[in-house]
Amino acid sequence: MDGFRYIDGVATVRLDDAACTGCGMCEEVCPHGVYAVADGKARILDRDACMECGACAMNCPAQAISVNPGVGCAAAILNGWISGSKPSCGCGG
Amino acid sequence: MSEEKSGGCCAPQSAKASPCCGGGSPSKDGLRYEETFLDGQVETPAGAVPRVHSRVGRRDLVGRWKMRWGIGRDRYRVAPGLYALGAPGADAPVLVTANYKLTFDVVRRDAAGLDAWILVLDTLGVNVWCAAGEGTFGTGEVIRRVTEARLAEVVSHRTIILPQLGAPGVAAHEVRKGCGFSVVYGPVRARDIRSFLEAGRKASPAMRSVDFPTMDRLVLTPVEITGLLRPAGWAAAVLFLLAGVGPGIFSLGAAWERGFAAVAVLAAGILAGAVVTPVLLPWLPGRAFSVKGGLAGGALGACAAMWERGALDSPTTLALLLAMTAVSSFVAMNFTGATPFTSPSGVEKEMRRALPVQAALTVVAGLLWVGGAFLH
Repeated sequence: MDGFRYIDGVATVRLDDAACTGCGMCEEVCPHGVYAVADGKARILDRDACMECGACAMNCPAQAISVNPGVGCAAAILNGWISGSKPSCGCGG
Repeated sequence: MSEEKSGGCCAPQSAKASPCCGGGSPSKDGLRYEETFLDGQVETPAGAVPRVHSRVGRRDLVGRWKMRWGIGRDRYRVAPGLYALGAPGADAPVLVTANYKLTFDVVRRDAAGLDAWILVLDTLGVNVWCAAGEGTFGTGEVIRRVTEARLAEVVSHRTIILPQLGAPGVAAHEVRKGCGFSVVYGPVRARDIRSFLEAGRKASPAMRSVDFPTMDRLVLTPVEITGLLRPAGWAAAVLFLLAGVGPGIFSLGAAWERGFAAVAVLAAGILAGAVVTPVLLPWLPGRAFSVKGGLAGGALGACAAMWERGALDSPTTLALLLAMTAVSSFVAMNFTGATPFTSPSGVEKEMRRALPVQAALTVVAGLLWVGGAFLH
């Protein structure tokens, strides 16, 4: 994603080194190259590239990844503030 | 595979108040598009499976154009279930996708020449990425469709290929537990599906990463605008009312003349935020969309002020500059929902900083503009 960087220092993604089995699923599903696996362990290479989609945490069989996933969308967050609930794009689905 | 890689959650779904996702009911009604893509059927041990062709015709293109403008978006779905492309056998690959017709059209077009099975999930007519975020393109739905289609009888292998952008909704290891099929995540873009298969189901780093080229940004701008029509209409009504306020309490003539000018400024601000900012996104300075939008709006405002410099007094000129900056900044911030790289934590941080500034600029612009009427 050259040329597109968003705000640094905010991504909530965390990787538990001890729990990681190095299976490589996180590296496979991440659309922004946040992870790299070497020597049987995943590492977070570029945390600030994370858009918190949650694909890595969802597909980690060892549950070694935590992230506060959601939609990076101002309208959704505004809806959430107004209705006092979780940010949503206003759909029932 | 996913077509809407550049469709953040809120971008493309509905022109109505809810910017995302549209319908909330399972896809049963309003499936009127089959005749544009169905092409006979294929016999399998699990029964007949409808066959689709790869041609994207005039009706599909008209449909796509309507979607880009947010017309009838909630109903643009195909029936979920299993489809055959070409002449697939028991060893043919299984491609899983969403039942948003725009997505389905791209998959059958880009997979042209392949003999493959296409398993369509019921994502309520929403593209892969948004549906994965919502959970409708999810583990449970994959297992349900695989089971319902009796896929284990149709194919001899036990692998399904999912678009990579479906991964936020699907736990591959849970799918295997739930229905015995292993999930392989394919490329982000449907157009890479053939190279992916030819490379032995290996995606190159380029196939794995999302990009956001100018054309992708441009096609998302019409729906940004149609989504803003209603709030913009209310804002215009308020502007016309305020425009009449002046030394003579309320003047219809002034309401018309000044109101028209104010609505033009509003429209220019919306264009700056919803079209100019998305197109110039990589080149506008700053990381925050509110900053990028504010700069675009301010710059266009300055051009407008220069153009009209003989006709405007200084409070009005300043009001025009501030209003265009504020409107464009706010509207541009909404484009975060359409991009494939903004994190919710980042958007929230940006909004907490930007909203008070945008509100303050709007109030000052309003005071200058209304106050200016009393100077004459």
